Amino acid sequence: MEAEIVYVVLAAIFGVFMAGGIGANDVANAMATSVGAKALTIKQAIFVAAIFEFLGAVLAGGEVTSTIRKGIIDASLLSGTPETLIYGMLAALLAAGTWLLIASRNGWPVSTTHSIVGAIVGFAAVGVGIDAVHWGKVGTIVMSWVVSPLIAGFIAYLVFASVQVLILRQEDPLARAKRYVPVYIFLAAFTITLMTILKGLKHVGLTISIANAYLLATLIAVAISLIGAFAIRRIKPDPKLEKRQHFYTVERVFAVLMIVTACSMAFAHGSNDVANAIGPLAAVISIAQTGVVGAKSAIPIWVLALGGGGIVIGLATYGRRVIATVGHKITQLTPSRGFAAELAAATTIVIASGTGIPISTTHTLVGAVLGVGLARGIEAIDLRVVGRIFVSWIVTIPAGAFLAILFFYVFKATLP
Amino acid sequence: MANLLANIFGKSPVKPLEQHVGIAYRCTKQLNGFFRAASAGKWDRAAEIRDAISALEHEADDLKKEIRMHLPKSLFMPVPRQDLLELLLVQDKMANRTKDVSGLVMGRKLQIPKPIAKDFLTFVSRNVDAAKQARKSVRELDELFVTGFRGAEVTMVESLIDELDRIETETDDLQADLRGSLFEIEDTLDPVTVMFLYQVIELTGEIADMAERVGRRLELLLSH
Repeated sequence: MEAEIVYVVLAAIFGVFMAGGIGANDVANAMATSVGAKALTIKQAIFVAAIFEFLGAVLAGGEVTSTIRKGIIDASLLSGTPETLIYGMLAALLAAGTWLLIASRNGWPVSTTHSIVGAIVGFAAVGVGIDAVHWGKVGTIVMSWVVSPLIAGFIAYLVFASVQVLILRQEDPLARAKRYVPVYIFLAAFTITLMTILKGLKHVGLTISIANAYLLATLIAVAISLIGAFAIRRIKPDPKLEKRQHFYTVERVFAVLMIVTACSMAFAHGSNDVANAIGPLAAVISIAQTGVVGAKSAIPIWVLALGGGGIVIGLATYGRRVIATVGHKITQLTPSRGFAAELAAATTIVIASGTGIPISTTHTLVGAVLGVGLARGIEAIDLRVVGRIFVSWIVTIPAGAFLAILFFYVFKATLP
Repeated sequence: MANLLANIFGKSPVKPLEQHVGIAYRCTKQLNGFFRAASAGKWDRAAEIRDAISALEHEADDLKKEIRMHLPKSLFMPVPRQDLLELLLVQDKMANRTKDVSGLVMGRKLQIPKPIAKDFLTFVSRNVDAAKQARKSVRELDELFVTGFRGAEVTMVESLIDELDRIETETDDLQADLRGSLFEIEDTLDPVTVMFLYQVIELTGEIADMAERVGRRLELLLSH
């Protein structure tokens, strides 16, 4: 019994460490978009992220956590030796955390999702056997890494192109913005709420019929949209600043919208990425509690909350600096462009979360930004950097796997 | 720490381009005061302004190099990189011509003859106006980028360029008149001075020509 407590405590420490890393890097990246667009201050961004990451993790993070916990490995092969899975999950957490640390020290753009999936696949394939991996599921996940930035890019392209046609290219962009921005707010709020209600809430023990789900999502979205419309009505044009920058006031209207999409982004991120830290932890806890591999126990809410909390700590400490750096550098992403990227990324991520597929939020956001760029909205995108991201996709998976195998054998030799 | 999301955006050339045309305009604007001082024979004052012109031309040059350096071929932009570089080049030439003409006048302490002084100052100030209109047009670049070079903004910039063309045509007419006036009085002047006066008129007129070419370059961007 004492050994089990050691496992759970170790897993919790590694899990919170990993969650902190996610908060410091991934979440900071996601929130920096809004800070760079001056829709939020750094303090407000951390506040928004704290609340919505947490909500996302608890309300909609269940599916992806399940996938990480038991979707990648065929646990039936391990029923005789449950501790193997424990060592493996601990090794995967530590491997992904270490790799993230190495990568961010060297400035390599890597994805937390890719490292944890690579780590789990690595220890399972080598430590247990090639057959221990659900290759079909892994294939789906890897495919989604290619598809998700494309989908996000496509949505971002459509959204931004619609903004150009409906608002920016018109004679009276301000009046148009005031009319259409509440509609975009509705769309953002509706998508996120609907996905949460349909896919997420059953993990917290609530079941709502599909018709009611649509009704509820509509009501919530209308309410948020009305609040937004009220805030927008109070924005008055500033002729002095507009003389130099015609879209000054228009961008301020979009800034209201961007607060909503920033919340969506944080929520979406919480729903997908918290699993990277919490999935392995949940697996360890489940085995330690029941002594059986792959028991059908629900993920305890406190575990999701622990992940959400870890993310917030990482964000509030180290993430601040990242937000400041990134936000300062991405001033090209004004609210009208930034919201389109955020809305597209958040929608894609929440859909992935609903289907239980772990994707990289940062890469999805990059895809969305490129989508806005393809609508000729962005002044300059450095394709060399985009190329480096592709390389990092490929390198991260074997790196995570290698470290996980290493730690797996270390744990196997040293732990009780 | 390098950051993926921060670096995906190249350094946008748009704001620096707007800044550059601003410096170039401020440089040409000095010519009004310079020629007022020069035609009044206040050479100390003229030398001061000439120094200011040199400094501004230098500033424009530095910014030009800076922009070029940060515009690698790997940048993905809604308009061809070459077109932006050529826009930058003609903007820079407005400042270059200003420096050339002020240098020429300063080096020979070339006084503008009284009978044509008034017309000459008008001619200079219209050339400066052309540069100002060029600045006004280039300052629309950031709006053009966000609209994706379509719609009402394009129509607006086109009308700015039309106005720029109108000013340039006006400077051409003024230039022709000025040459005529100089021709009428040239017998009363030292022949070498006359030769240089023609050259000064020519060089000054090129400021508006360059401003007009800024408009042409912008138009090329609009047609993408």
